[in-house]
Amino acid sequence: MLLALAATALVAIALLWETTAPRLAEAYERHRARRKLVATPDYDPGRERRAEARARQLLKSCINDEEWAMYRDLGFVRVWGMQCERPGGHDAPAGTPYAYLIYPHKPIVAYLPQTGRLLNEYCVAFPDETRPYGSARLPDSDDVLAKWMALTGDERRLIEMANLHLPGRQLDPRQIRRDLWRLRQWERERARAAVPAP
Amino acid sequence: MKFLRMKPGHGEVLIAEGDVEVREDEERLVEEFRRQLDAGMWAAVPLNGKVRRTAQLARSFAEVPRDAERVIFFPRAAGG
Repeated sequence: MLLALAATALVAIALLWETTAPRLAEAYERHRARRKLVATPDYDPGRERRAEARARQLLKSCINDEEWAMYRDLGFVRVWGMQCERPGGHDAPAGTPYAYLIYPHKPIVAYLPQTGRLLNEYCVAFPDETRPYGSARLPDSDDVLAKWMALTGDERRLIEMANLHLPGRQLDPRQIRRDLWRLRQWERERARAAVPAP
Repeated sequence: MKFLRMKPGHGEVLIAEGDVEVREDEERLVEEFRRQLDAGMWAAVPLNGKVRRTAQLARSFAEVPRDAERVIFFPRAAGG
């Protein structure tokens, strides 16, 4: 009788072990993983600020005074389009002036300055896969400068490389229109300031 | 001529400097230029035009104007 009970208990334990052992092992591994230190570079806000300050100086030394003042005051840079035909194949006549708004780490927006009509969003990034401090993201002003250099250096190449979307995909069109209004106000103010007082 | 490279978390870094009229310097610059392009960088030379400022993208060292003061390397563009 005793022998039979012992054998039954052994079988029960063996069966239970079969089902619980994997779960126990997994729980133990999870516990170890939580305790394990993963070496990732710490985010250092001071370093990022210094990087941005350096990037701003570089940007300032490359773009003209008006573009720099625009970026400093409004947070974006306008670049005039230089292609004979506007990108994106819209129905405005060829030769109509068009321009781009460059924001840091946001899509480039093409628009018609005469009417304020938004044409396209061009999603483009400059990821540095060496990730020196754990991130592939350039400082904001370096991202703007990279876009500016690529646009003024070879507009067609950059536009062909970017992902083309209709306005509103990533950026709120109301925000862009507000930025265009701010730009007009800003230009009016500058023009007024440039005229010497009588 | 100075070679600057944009770097996340740092801003630009001076990676090479030399006088293109000195042969050893020029060879060193050519080699560094090629290395940066092989590493997936684009190279741009900021230009001070009379009407507007622009940049010139250079696919080889030969395309860099001899009197350029600096060449800026930045990661190649990718669709975002």
